[in-house]
Amino acid sequence: MQIEITTDPISPWQRLDSYQQQMPGLVGKVGASAVFVGSMRDFNEDESISAMRLEHYPAMTLKYLQDLVNQTMQQWSLLDVLLLHRVGEVTPGDTIVLVAVWSAHRAEAFAACRHLMEELKSRAPFWKQETLREGGRRWVGKNTPG
Amino acid sequence: MTIEVKFFASLRERVGHSDLQLEPAGITTVTDVWQQCTREAMPANVLMAVNLEYVQSGHPVHDGDEVAFFPPVTGG
Repeated sequence: MQIEITTDPISPWQRLDSYQQQMPGLVGKVGASAVFVGSMRDFNEDESISAMRLEHYPAMTLKYLQDLVNQTMQQWSLLDVLLLHRVGEVTPGDTIVLVAVWSAHRAEAFAACRHLMEELKSRAPFWKQETLREGGRRWVGKNTPG
Repeated sequence: MTIEVKFFASLRERVGHSDLQLEPAGITTVTDVWQQCTREAMPANVLMAVNLEYVQSGHPVHDGDEVAFFPPVTGG
């Protein structure tokens, strides 16, 4: 299991590939892998967005995500989880979040991946501040429903 | 010892503080911490945590605790 909060750009497919190469013990046990990649749009609520800044509460974010991943791995008997989240300055197209889960069967993989994303979006202490193309900045008030 | 208080995102800008240290005298709950740090009523949608765990406003606060206030979260 790996959880990482980073200011560096995330290359989701490269990270997945290198992570999977480090889990040889699970070859033959994994029957399902589910992956969610969330990236930045260049529009929100009818406004054109040129950039965004992601702030977080570092100690609480890490603890919240560790507890969430541990609970989710138990609930769905997952074999492994990789969770990456970007913070700092991002621009449209950048990957913001990667959630990958590995399990024996697809039902657990789909459900657990969805659960991790929905809980992260509704409870993990991250905040987005958008830079509008027309000028000015604004805090995002709430996430769109899943 | 003191109580460490943190504000994040739009709430940090609204109250004008990022980090504060409070003397524990007179503080029993999270609501008391808010009232000592700000001059306004607590907005209805404020989220709060003590020692990195979500709590409600009536949660007890002790010397040495870290108390945080923040707006609805928007990660992912």
